[in-house]
This record gives sequence, structure tokens and C-alpha cells, in this order.
Amino acid sequence: MTRIAAWGAIALGMLYFLMPLVGMAEFSLKMRRGVYSLDAYARVLGDPKFQETFGYSVVMAIFTILFGVLLVVPTAYWVRLKLPGARPYIEFVTLLPLVIPAIVVVFGYIRLYNTSSWLPLTGTAMGTNILLMFGYTTLALPYMYRAVDTGLRTIDVATMTEAAQSLGAGWITILARIILPNVLVAVLSGAFLTFAIVIGEFTMAALLNRPAFGPYMQLLGANRAYEPAALAVIAFAITWACMGLIQLVTRLSKHDRARN
Amino acid sequence: MHWLGLVPFLTFVTLFLILPTLYIVVGAFRAQGGGFTLDNITGLNTASIRSAYWVSIKISLASASLGCLVGFCMAAAMTLGDLPKFVRGPLLTFSGVASNFAGVPLAFAFLATLGPIGLVTVFLRTNLGIDLRAMGFNILSFWGLTITYLFFQIPLMILIITPALDGLKREWREAAAILGATGPQYWRMVAFPILFPSILGTMALLFANSFGAVATAIALTGSSLNIVPILLFAQIRGDVLGNPYLGYALAFGMIIVTGIANTIYIVLRARSERWQK
Repeated sequence: MTRIAAWGAIALGMLYFLMPLVGMAEFSLKMRRGVYSLDAYARVLGDPKFQETFGYSVVMAIFTILFGVLLVVPTAYWVRLKLPGARPYIEFVTLLPLVIPAIVVVFGYIRLYNTSSWLPLTGTAMGTNILLMFGYTTLALPYMYRAVDTGLRTIDVATMTEAAQSLGAGWITILARIILPNVLVAVLSGAFLTFAIVIGEFTMAALLNRPAFGPYMQLLGANRAYEPAALAVIAFAITWACMGLIQLVTRLSKHDRARN
Repeated sequence: MHWLGLVPFLTFVTLFLILPTLYIVVGAFRAQGGGFTLDNITGLNTASIRSAYWVSIKISLASASLGCLVGFCMAAAMTLGDLPKFVRGPLLTFSGVASNFAGVPLAFAFLATLGPIGLVTVFLRTNLGIDLRAMGFNILSFWGLTITYLFFQIPLMILIITPALDGLKREWREAAAILGATGPQYWRMVAFPILFPSILGTMALLFANSFGAVATAIALTGSSLNIVPILLFAQIRGDVLGNPYLGYALAFGMIIVTGIANTIYIVLRARSERWQK
């Protein structure tokens, strides 16, 4: 009885989840009248605008990840090592991006860093790119910080630091060659999640007027019929790949640890 | 001098998270020529802005409560429903993917499914003779948006509530049974009171989650639906309200709503963790 109800709940739920996935996949194949074809994909992938915006977003994601790692790993390490009392406060700050909607943050950017301000980041394309990267970093901060902090919990930070110091290592060596390799799995999990977030992000890129993938998808959606469905399939595949990679690195590391 | 190590992080957070937000908050109380005023806040009290907030709150409430209900049923089925083990892993992985599959592509997926020539719409019309449009359903509406939001709300609920359900100890159920409790009694008097803070807290989180969703709404409806995120987006782009300070007040209102929802989440989460030692 319980089991039948349980199967029923799962089946109904999955029906709801599969419906739009099947819907978008089927729709994306219907561009040519009467037969299924990959025309919509060919059209999308061949669009120079697609290549440009997708490339732009990939580069932005990579820089966001690098910047995020440089910002979060030393901070989380330092808090664990020297300022354990500050941990709840830092953690609270890293959760703020979940509370403050992204549209509000970027609204503040536009007013605070415009051409007539003390730090006119939006004055140049490069400056705006950097501002957008900072914005993406705040979006990723809650996930990145939690991932790295959890990773640091599993290692003995204090002992490792002392051992490295007694062998003559400086702070940069300790961070780059002791701490980072030990929390690499956590960092990679955070990095893939950041990638998934940045690649499809719409609000910040649109309001800062940057040629990113999110605004491109929105524009295409407003003007075309079949291509958007193909884009949705591609975006879903990317999200799926990122999550799959997270699972993969986590599993590989568990395997390693069990063997040692 | 240990705090010096935090300087880069604190500088970044101050410049690119706290200050921009404060600028908006202060702007909401600043008069055109400078000086303090409440005019911007009271200026929100127009029929169209009131309705934008009201529709936003309704959509968020509907998608949060439905997301909680369905997500809870699925998570309960998975953890307590005596299902084979192979259900759990894939369902949790899928939840991780689906809760991150939001924004523009999600809107496309639902347009291709429930839109005027979408898969389900056409299937129902040609095979079962059910015309969704004649029945008053439109994807660019309150229910359309709610159904779409559920795609990331339900998985989020599953991900958050599963640990709480796993935390229900077998001993509690056995103890209740020894004292003569029936299944429904155990749920009503033991399990549900323990889970209640988690459920309500997650609901608050889901509420904030859909209240701040901009991209899905814009990609789905363009600007045809009057809700707060779309209105604010249009205001930032082109000052549609004709008063920049009103834009600050609008954004401030959003922070207040999501702030309250998140505070409820944090408080209730702390309460619910008492049982998970």
C-alpha cells in the first residue's frame, strides 16, 4: 500500500519533469516541415552571434572561477586557521547574495560605478567586463565558500601549516602547494557550479549591456520559433554535464581516500 | 593583526555587494535634491505598483506552497516509501540539475511544451479534444508562470527536506507504535511537528527564490505580465516610472520581501536542527 503510493508520487513527479524536457527536445527537431531534423541546431550552432556570445560567457565563467578561487580559498583558510570566531559572520556575508536579488545588486553597480563616479568601471568595455565578473563572483560566493569551507573541515589545517612552516614554506607556497591540492575536489565542485550559473546568467549581463549568452538566448526567444528550443536543449545538456562532473570528482576523491 | 588576512575579502564584499545594496536602500529615502524623505516609499502606493507586488507575492506563494507539497511527497516517497535503492541516487542527482536549470532556457522548454503550439497543448487538442486555450489557460499568465517555477522549486524542496526526513529516527516510530499510536497518529503527533520548522523554513526560501526570479519571467512573458522583477528591470533600462528614486524604492521593497522570507528560513532552520544531532 505504502509502496504503491510511493511509486505513484515519484511517477507523477517525474511525469511533470519529463514533460517540458520531451517538449523542448521534440520542438527543437521540428523546424523542417513534416520530418524531424537537426536544422534548428545547425542554424543555432552556425550563427556567428551564438559563437561570439557563447565564447564570451565561457571566458567570463573561467575568469569568475579563477577570481573566486583566489578570493575564497585564502579567506576560508585564514578564517579556519586564525579567526575561527569570525566564521559565522563571514559565512553570513557569503550567504547575502541569496538574500539580495541579483537585479538589485546590479542596479547598485550601475549607479555606483557609472562614468561620473569615483570608480568609472562602466565607462569602458573592459571595465564593464570586470564589473560583470565581480557580479558573477558574488552570485557564486555562497556555493563557492560553502564548498571550500566543507573541504577544509576534512583536513587538519593547523598541523599542515605548521609542518610546512617548519620546512620553511611561505604563505603562498602553503596555499598553492598544501591547501589548494587538498581541497581541490571542493574547489572543482564549486567551479562547475559557478560555470553552470555564469553560462546562462541573464539579468546582470543584460543590464550591463554585455554580449553574453543569456541575453542572446532571450533575444532569440523573442524573435524565433524553433531555435530557442534547440538552445534550451543545449543549455540543459551543459547544466547536466556540470552536475555530472561534480559527482564524478566527488566519487573519484572518495575512491582515492578509501584506497589510501 | 590576524584580521589583516581578511582585508581582500572584506574589500571585495564591501565594494561589490554591500555598498551597491546600501546605495539602493539609501536612495529609496533620498529626496530629488538630497535630504531625507518618505515620498519615494509612499510613491509606491499606486494601483499598478501595488498590483505588481500583489501578483508577485501570489505567484511566489503559489509556487512555494505547491513546490513544498509536491517536493515533500516525492522526498517522503523516496526516503520512507520502501522503494528500491536505485531510485534515490538518480532522483537526487536530477534534483541537483533541475534546481539549477532556471532562467531563459527553462522558459523556452515550457513554451515548447505548454505554449500555443507546444507538445502537450497540441496533443491534448488533437487526441483528447481538450483545448487548453478555450479553457482559459495561457502560459503567459499567473498559472503559466507558477507551473514553470515549479520546475526549480520542487527539486530544491527535495534537496533540502531529504536530510530532515532521513533524520526521522526509527526509534521514534517504534516508541509511538509501542504506546499504541496508529500510522496517522504518529505522523500528526510526532513526525510532522518535528518536520514542521524545516517545511515552513524551506517554503520561505522557495518564496524568496521565485520572488527574485527575473530571467525566467522575462523570457517567458516579455513584459506582458506586471510583476515586480519585470517592472524593476524595465525601470533600470528606461525609467518607465518616470522617477529614478521610485526605482530605488521598488528595489528596496524587493529586498524587504526577500529579506523577511530569508530571515524566517534561517530562524526555522536553526530550530529544526535541534533534532538532527
